[in-house]
Amino acid sequence: MYSPQIILEAALNGLMTGAVYALIALGLTLIYGVLHIINFAHGALLTCAMFAVWVAWAWLGLDPYLVIVPLVPLMFALGYGLQRFVIGPASHGDDGNILLVTLGLSIVLENVLLAVFQSDTRTLDTDYSFQVVALGPLLLSYPRVIGLGVAVVVTGLLWLVLNRTDTGKAIRAVAKEKLGANLVGIDVPHVYAVTFGLGCACLAVAAALLMPTFYVNPRIGSAFVLVAFTVVVLGGMGSLPGALLGGLFIGVVESLCGLLLGDSLGQIGIFLIFIAVLLVRPTGLFGAKA
Amino acid sequence: MGRSVQDSALSGISRRTVLKAGAAAAAFATVPVAAPSILRAQTPAVKIGILQPVTGALAHDGDLGRLGAEMAINEINAAGGIKALGGAKIEMVFGDARSTPEAGTQEVERMQAEGVCAIVGGFASPICLAASQAAARYDLPYLVDVGVSDQIMARGLTNTFRFSPGFGKVTQVALDNLTKINELAGKPAKTVVLVHEDGLFGSGLAKLLQAELPKRGFEILETIAHPTPARDMSNVALRIRSLNPDLVIPSNYYGEFVLLARTMQQQRIKPKGVYAVLGGAASNGRFVKEFPQAAQNVIDCNHWHDPKNPQALALRKAVEAQGKSFAYNVPLNYSNLLLLADAIERAGSADRKKIIEALNSSTFAGHIMPYGPTKFVNGQNEGATPINTQIQGEDIKVIFPEFFAEAKANFPAT
Repeated sequence: MYSPQIILEAALNGLMTGAVYALIALGLTLIYGVLHIINFAHGALLTCAMFAVWVAWAWLGLDPYLVIVPLVPLMFALGYGLQRFVIGPASHGDDGNILLVTLGLSIVLENVLLAVFQSDTRTLDTDYSFQVVALGPLLLSYPRVIGLGVAVVVTGLLWLVLNRTDTGKAIRAVAKEKLGANLVGIDVPHVYAVTFGLGCACLAVAAALLMPTFYVNPRIGSAFVLVAFTVVVLGGMGSLPGALLGGLFIGVVESLCGLLLGDSLGQIGIFLIFIAVLLVRPTGLFGAKA
Repeated sequence: MGRSVQDSALSGISRRTVLKAGAAAAAFATVPVAAPSILRAQTPAVKIGILQPVTGALAHDGDLGRLGAEMAINEINAAGGIKALGGAKIEMVFGDARSTPEAGTQEVERMQAEGVCAIVGGFASPICLAASQAAARYDLPYLVDVGVSDQIMARGLTNTFRFSPGFGKVTQVALDNLTKINELAGKPAKTVVLVHEDGLFGSGLAKLLQAELPKRGFEILETIAHPTPARDMSNVALRIRSLNPDLVIPSNYYGEFVLLARTMQQQRIKPKGVYAVLGGAASNGRFVKEFPQAAQNVIDCNHWHDPKNPQALALRKAVEAQGKSFAYNVPLNYSNLLLLADAIERAGSADRKKIIEALNSSTFAGHIMPYGPTKFVNGQNEGATPINTQIQGEDIKVIFPEFFAEAKANFPAT
């Protein structure tokens, strides 16, 4: 059996990995909560953001964390444009069409990345990629500690935007009652696009947090998006605190199962817990009661 | 109407014919020196397929493999090509295995369609396994460059040859050498943790090590498997730290090896030795250059060129002069091409069956590996053997066996 220190360290590692899962899931759940669409292009958009971070580092020499500053508005604009000019018009308001459009979009994005960057795996190396923060006897990875902090801050900011600003109120109004919001003069297509943009902006932050210790290739988004979908359903579809806590929870479960069952089997734990939670609470941890 | 069109067409053709004939005559009259070279170019080139994963997760290894093959082809062509075929030049037909067996198989089909007489390469075991099988359907000679899985040679395919050792042999030599290195140092290492990728190569190797290490007095504390690609090595490092072994023996590909070495460095885990068996990065100049601290003192038992062979040293210099890192892929592919060219030369033909016969009877000694003349038994070169290297400072040095050693082993690591 492992010492309590090792188990605690594995749990903290999982918590920090889970923070990035949470950020990815945050965008996904926001888009679901308002637009009621399951965005299959989420993984491909994450890959785009990761490549953007890599390009900024490799070609311009920018620090991955600094890339957050220009990348958040860029990804917001990309998401806004995609929803306003591609997904919205192409789907004609039919949910079935939206699924197909986002799925098609993900295929197009992945193949554009494949054509531009080939299927090579790319990494970036910074001074702090493998530095540690010593917390007593615990050695915690520096980039992951930052990841955890940023994920909590971003969730807080998003919560503020949704609850304290006019745009946020409009988003919530559209999420609750689309027709009513339209009748009181809210521009629904604009709100949809803003929401999609916010979801993509979350991906920009997640990409910047991942890149110092991770790698990117044109298909890597799918490795995260499956976990993110699990987090969204586990946390309760459309719930922001659900996404944050669900992400952290899944991260810890994955890490501990990896430690106890071996890295190859670690993922099994995620799905076992997932099934167990849904058996007890079919709407997820923070989901509204059906 | 139809008639007039025909007439005008006829007159047009006749004008053009005259012009063309004039131009052709002028060309022959004014460039007589060009004629012999045109005739010489008609000696058909010998097409050889080079299969490497140059995109995808194994792209770095594939690039080095291609480089080794290219350098050998250029040398053979510069020295007059295949003399038994009237100085026929070797033409490389390159295929990108894109780091997957499926893509490797597709490329074999394409090479077959383009009329290659043999294929060299594959790098990873799963790619070699699938590609050699595909080549077997056409009796196409297939030379495995690296692929170490013993399964590749166990299928009895008459087209498949492996010049380098398989992992059965590598493991046996690695264990013998480890035992000797440990004894010479006063037996400081007793406990071991195995870390391996969970694919064909890593799992097979781990099984062999698990069976053999206890017989030689080592206690295996734990065997840790991980997927390729791995998202994270923190858990693996944590387990190593909790077990505190004397030795860590990793068997994985480049990316995971680097991740493991760096995470161990980050977590301040310092065993008495990291003894890699076919370590994905431990014998790779790129690892030494990019992560010198994590790489220090890592020992590997792997393919490596003969450090006392001047041709091998010249090749290493030429590769480094191009600004590229040196790894075993280069001399292995280089040697395989020389071996194949020798077989074609002796076969006196680019016929596939004759090349296979020539390879079966090969006693080629003009390669740059520490092997001696080739001797294929069921396609496996019996004389092939790995040697031990250690990363010391900014260089990869041969430390064992003593006959080939350039430096003394730093073990236990200081």
